[in-house]
Amino acid sequence: MTYEELQNAPLCLSGRQLTKVFVNGKVSKTAVDHVDFDFHQGEVISIVGESGSGKTTLSKMLLGLLNVTSGTIYFKGEERKIRTMAQRRAYWNGIQAIFQDPFSSYNIFHKIDAVLDDCINMRYGRHIDKQKREDLKTEACSFVNLKYAELTNKYPFELSGGQMQRLMIARIFLLKPQILLADEPTSMIDACSRATILDMLLKLRDETGMTVIFITHDIGLAYYISDTVYIMEHGKFVESGSADEVILHPKAAYTKRLISDVPKIHEEWNLDDVFTGEE
Amino acid sequence: MSNVLLEVNQLTTKYITRFREDVYAVDHVSLSLEAGKSIGIAGESGCGKSTLALSLMGYYFAPLHYQSGDIIIDGKNISGMKPDDVRRNILGREIAYIPQAAMNALNPTCKIRKFIRDVMHAHYPKMRDDEIDRMAEDRFRELNLPVDSLDLHAVELSGGMKQRVVIAVSTILKPKVLIADEPSSALDVSSQKVVIRMLRDMMNAGLIGSMIFITHELPLLYNVTDDIMVMYAGQIVEKGTAAEMVFDPIHPYSRGLMRSILVPEEGTRNIKLTAIPGTPPNLKKPPQGCRFYDRCRYRQPQCQYNAVPIADIEGNRQYRCQLSVDQLRELYTAEDAEAERKQAEDTVLQKFLKDTGMNSAKEENRDDI
Repeated sequence: MTYEELQNAPLCLSGRQLTKVFVNGKVSKTAVDHVDFDFHQGEVISIVGESGSGKTTLSKMLLGLLNVTSGTIYFKGEERKIRTMAQRRAYWNGIQAIFQDPFSSYNIFHKIDAVLDDCINMRYGRHIDKQKREDLKTEACSFVNLKYAELTNKYPFELSGGQMQRLMIARIFLLKPQILLADEPTSMIDACSRATILDMLLKLRDETGMTVIFITHDIGLAYYISDTVYIMEHGKFVESGSADEVILHPKAAYTKRLISDVPKIHEEWNLDDVFTGEE
Repeated sequence: MSNVLLEVNQLTTKYITRFREDVYAVDHVSLSLEAGKSIGIAGESGCGKSTLALSLMGYYFAPLHYQSGDIIIDGKNISGMKPDDVRRNILGREIAYIPQAAMNALNPTCKIRKFIRDVMHAHYPKMRDDEIDRMAEDRFRELNLPVDSLDLHAVELSGGMKQRVVIAVSTILKPKVLIADEPSSALDVSSQKVVIRMLRDMMNAGLIGSMIFITHELPLLYNVTDDIMVMYAGQIVEKGTAAEMVFDPIHPYSRGLMRSILVPEEGTRNIKLTAIPGTPPNLKKPPQGCRFYDRCRYRQPQCQYNAVPIADIEGNRQYRCQLSVDQLRELYTAEDAEAERKQAEDTVLQKFLKDTGMNSAKEENRDDI
């Protein structure tokens, strides 16, 4: 789908004047500062920013793991309600996440099957016969090019980082949420397996039509994967638009600086032009 | 060839596991590094990049053991030396190392000034504190680092500052060879640029003689180093200048690596990334023939049994494959043409589906939630 078509797709998640202030005694720090956004169905959105720009705080608020200081989040056109645990569970059926560190995403005392079993319980209920359960797990593993027969009865430490992250995607495939929030899923994985993970996320989007929110600091990655890019600086979105528009023709000074800081292949990388306003 | 600073001949090192199994993580690696040059080592995780760095320093502590080969730094063979001698006489002065996690490299309980004094006393026990302080201040000024940071603790510095301080401290004795093991992979792009600029300035000012840069970020290597070596399963599979390696890789594995580059440049969005399938071989039982056999797209029947030595080709390049350069290039051109044809077909198909309104097929796959 083209960028214009995606912009006319139904809204999936949107936020109005979303703010998060961390208060510690008399010191307060605004991590996310009155941001507005509209995420459409089937869109791949990248949120790009440096460390400390509030990307992760925003993602935690979207997931409902952090309370919102002010502002509202709309989920499928209605205001999001996560007061009670039941509401929260219902919300988490619609939004799921993959995190940065695959090694700490697993319970090291449980076998890998348990991870997939939990997902099946969450989506299809506890009372599902054994054969169906096995079939679902096999299907999910083959979606991410893993062999279920080789993985069953193994513990997480027996897998490599890339395999673990792929199993996380298999989990998402079983759950089929409307929104997937990927918080730097490839930053701890080397360049070869990175391509596999990205292709799987795109395949997941194409097959199930889910919205993928991709949080990253790597602009090359954001440019490759996303339809829409949001650039974040000090808790504010300084620029947003289609990937081609933002990355190839940046308008904001911050975006220009970020892009000039990335080493490139076809253009010269000017090392003398560095930003020295480091705190 | 008088200005060769580091020469490594057929270096082999191994890990001995609990069960007395030998794992050859660095297998017959040869390289030579001239003054003022830098060399980059690329490869996926677990291919032996960091083990090579430790081996080059002569830093053999169990389970890492030296097996055979020579390491000659500026005419001095350090390969048979004891680790303690190496630590006292070679590390810091001849060869220095920047670790990946600068956060853990600094002592959290003391100020940077005290830390530098400790480092210097390890090498020159009789050196006076004020002398060391003057030296550190001069060096910090030379590298445009704030001198005030000498009186701070490690926790008070930001990630990029910490990495720069670690670099300044590890090169305080003007080493001939600097080994940088992923110095910027934990930093964001802006701090990465500052760190890289500092390394370049140090090379220009002659504070370090030459540099070995280890990372898996290929665009960075292309911009930083003169030569690039690609490692796979403990062996070097290809070596060449940076431009040759990025634009004209010969070995199938390096080609796979170069295909996974992501840069924010026009046109890169339309190129499909091709990942290398499979995982690297287990080095406890390395394959008999080519180590890349299982994952290679262009494998031949003889590859499984015949181990290939590394071969020199025109220029300063080396590669390790059964097939000749011309054969490989032919295969690559054919593959590129095929991919282009497929993409053109895809575009036509997509357009047809769109015109006839049939692209709603994916909606049916979606279950109700």
